[in-house]
Amino acid sequence: MDIFSNTVALSRMQFAFTAIFHMLWPVLTTGMSIYLVIIEGLWLKTRDPDYYLHIRFWSKLYILNFGIGVATGLPLEFQFGTNWGPLSEAVGDFFGSVLGFEASMAFMLEAGFLGIMIFGWGRVAPPIHYLATIMVAFGANLSIFWILSANSWLQTPAGGAMVNGKFIVSDYFQAILNPFMVKSVAHMFLATLETSLFMIGGISAWYILKDRHTAFFSRSLKIILATTIAVAPIQIYAGHLSAEQVAYYQPTKLAAMESKWESSPAGQPADWSLLAIPDEANNRNSWELTIPNALGYILEFRKNLSVPVPGLNEWKREDRPKMVGLIYYSFRVMIAIGFFLAAVMLWNVVEWYRGNLAPDKIGAQKWLMRLWMFAAPLGYIAIEAGWVVRCVGRQPWVLYDRIRTADGVSNVPPNNVLTSLIFFMVVYSLLFVTTLYFGSRIIGEGPKLDLPVPGADGQFVINTEPAESVPDRRPVEAQQ
Amino acid sequence: MDALLHFLPQVWFVILGLFLFLYVMLDGFDLGVGILSLTSSDEERRGLLMTSLGNIWDANETWLVVMAGALFGAFPLAYNTILTALYIPIFMMIFGLVFRAVAFEFREHSNNKLFWNYAFGLGSFLAALGQGFALGSTLEGITVDAAGHFAGSTWDWLDWRSILVALTLIQGYVLIGSTYLILKTEGELQKTHYKTAKLATITTFIGAVLITIVTPVFYETTRVRLFSAPTIYVFAAIPLLGVLLVYLLIRSIDKQEEKTPFIWTILLFFLSFVGLGLIIFPYVIPTQVTIYQAAASPSALVFMLTFIGVLIPIMIFYNIYNYVVFRGKVVTGVEYK
Ligand code: HDD
Ligand code: HEM
Ligand code: HEM
Repeated sequence: MDIFSNTVALSRMQFAFTAIFHMLWPVLTTGMSIYLVIIEGLWLKTRDPDYYLHIRFWSKLYILNFGIGVATGLPLEFQFGTNWGPLSEAVGDFFGSVLGFEASMAFMLEAGFLGIMIFGWGRVAPPIHYLATIMVAFGANLSIFWILSANSWLQTPAGGAMVNGKFIVSDYFQAILNPFMVKSVAHMFLATLETSLFMIGGISAWYILKDRHTAFFSRSLKIILATTIAVAPIQIYAGHLSAEQVAYYQPTKLAAMESKWESSPAGQPADWSLLAIPDEANNRNSWELTIPNALGYILEFRKNLSVPVPGLNEWKREDRPKMVGLIYYSFRVMIAIGFFLAAVMLWNVVEWYRGNLAPDKIGAQKWLMRLWMFAAPLGYIAIEAGWVVRCVGRQPWVLYDRIRTADGVSNVPPNNVLTSLIFFMVVYSLLFVTTLYFGSRIIGEGPKLDLPVPGADGQFVINTEPAESVPDRRPVEAQQ
Repeated sequence: MDALLHFLPQVWFVILGLFLFLYVMLDGFDLGVGILSLTSSDEERRGLLMTSLGNIWDANETWLVVMAGALFGAFPLAYNTILTALYIPIFMMIFGLVFRAVAFEFREHSNNKLFWNYAFGLGSFLAALGQGFALGSTLEGITVDAAGHFAGSTWDWLDWRSILVALTLIQGYVLIGSTYLILKTEGELQKTHYKTAKLATITTFIGAVLITIVTPVFYETTRVRLFSAPTIYVFAAIPLLGVLLVYLLIRSIDKQEEKTPFIWTILLFFLSFVGLGLIIFPYVIPTQVTIYQAAASPSALVFMLTFIGVLIPIMIFYNIYNYVVFRGKVVTGVEYK
């Protein structure tokens, strides 16, 4: 087959595969860390041992997930050199600097305090421990900022110009604050938070459904619910803002997201396509279901478009994205999930208001609990779909409108790339299965309710023995 | 301006050297402990070895990510050329590190600890091997075209000299791993590590001597530079100091001191780094591409310096804090219930 002897195609497949796989893990690392900050704060404030046991339980899942995140992030960083060398050289001034910042500000902070957060109970006083938890959460979310700033810059390169095939930056702050940055960071931040909340909610619902620790988990469910009330609707709005900026800066991507072949002129209404079967060979949709006049309302909240919306046929084939169907349906899947999660939240709020979520009544809400479980993995699907829209929709450019993807690829023999790709596929598949297995085992075992709570007698035990005689008891902690 | 064009790349050369040194020292003992765990037949000991790293391996590995990010930003050309040329050793390292990382998480929960112990040990070995090949072949020189881009072939990195460097690096990691374990363990276990430390000192020393001899003999450019007037004194001092440190190290092991072996080993690593740095400077890809050719534009170097430079002491500070929190011996026997 042709594709197996094509370094460009193989490198793209490898990057897509490793990025999609990596993306599964930062979700909880960033989102759940915020949840942990909330419950540890509640614990310090109320000293209710239940909160402490919550922290200990959820951080077991956290650390498992974290390890895989680190393991799969490393290959991404190096692939910019091994597989995207010419791109790296051309954009290194900015893109490389930002990856350097991400590592030294965000990753180092996370990694430096993670040990204390996980194993440090009983070794440091609770306020210091809280500081470590906050630092981990801060570091994780800071890495969203930097990596999305870098990725947004690939979408809307700002702050300089191409000179002899190299991007020369004249204003670094303009590059960091490129047009896509703010809204994309917001959308991504909310995405990981929302997905984590629904994941924690789904697991809690499973326990309630099984009638295990019902009171314990109805508490986490309520914290989750109180947070999603804000997050779910804002996320829909943030998504809308993302679509607006795409419409403005990346018309080829917007046309592909809507599978729109013919242009719509300004000053007139336009239809919005709900479902379609794109026919790329003939530059049209072979079947289509549209909502009349809706496009103007979606993009501008009014009937008539004020600016023309170009269709794909405006561009030559080699200047616009391929795989229109993939982009089109990924976009719709993401939107559907966004509205579905908001609906789940609304139903819950109603039940909460009617008092049906009280610990003694919640067990009867079987269908509600099943709905939570069903919603748990959906955020992940939305996130992956969103990235497909963003990255595949950017094609054929890797640096939008400046560097073509095919020109950014390292000149390595296709066999090398094929071999590393196969290794990734095998190793990552095993990793995925194993992580699910151990994750479900942790969930199956449930929280340990007999852990000694630090400071339970109103006193913090801080070691005053000389350094040499303080034993390093990580294993004890790790077991709990 | 001209002075700045020279000064900034030099600053970044030193910073990258520092990051690489921190990585090799810190993750070096992690990897060394991993490799050592392969020689152990006893489950409890292997558990203890992994436990002694549980909270730090991640922070240690992050220095590699910091180093790669800084290389990417400061010397984009070198990032492109070196990583493309070393495609296979880099992926050896990556897969090794992946295995090691997941072994830490999975072993915790698994009933079949043995399997994950091997994932940990073999992963560490593979990662160290990949790093050794990468280091060896970068020192030897990478074939490049006029623009400084890789122009060699896939297997260029593999020959007897890069094998020699790789084996020596593995010995060095085992050495620093053993001396770290001397610090963290007690009793019988500690005795074993005195033995491995001594053995590793000898093998590392032999490797280092061979490399020192081979380098000037085979590389003309190095030879010319090494044996010219002022530099020769510096270069003569380094092997002498090295021998002195090896002597001190062996003596401290024989006396069964607890902390000094680790300290002497770190100094030995540091000395080798200074030596390497002096040999390589002013190149990033020895004798082909200088730091001035490969450097990002001065504005980028200043930009990175303002953000990362300030952070270096802070990063080092909280890393040290982490070690202080977990000081003391690792205790056995409590892990398996
Ligand atoms: C949602 C935000 C997000 C996105 C889009 C990405 N990452 Fe990531 N990455 C993280 C959020 C994150 C994180 C949450 O910060 C992780 C997960 C687990 C961890 O330790 O940090 C992480 C880990 C992680 C690591 C290991 C860090 C360490 O050793 O501590 C590296 C090298 C990368 N990532 C690199 C990348 C690259 C090159 C990406 C782009 C292609 C990328 N990540 C996408
Ligand atoms: C924020 C950090 C990210 C950066 C800097 C980034 C950058 C890139 C680059 C350089 C490519 C290679 C060029 C190409 O093949 O088009 C790419 C492709 C791709 N990325 Fe991203 N990416 C990021 C995150 C992600 C994530 C998290 C995902 C998935 C969940 C993802 C999905 C993809 C896909 C599917 C492709 C292949 C597109 C294609 O080849 O058609 N990306 N991205
Ligand atoms: C309901 C309405 C939603 C709309 C209208 C929407 C819209 C968009 C658009 C237009 C993009 C592409 C941005 C670009 O290419 O630059 C995008 C990307 C993305 N979406 Fe959504 N989205 C919605 C819901 C969600 C939900 C619920 C999630 C996850 C929980 C999510 C996760 C993402 C992610 C991770 C990306 C890629 C990164 C980024 O652009 O920040 N989206 N979204």
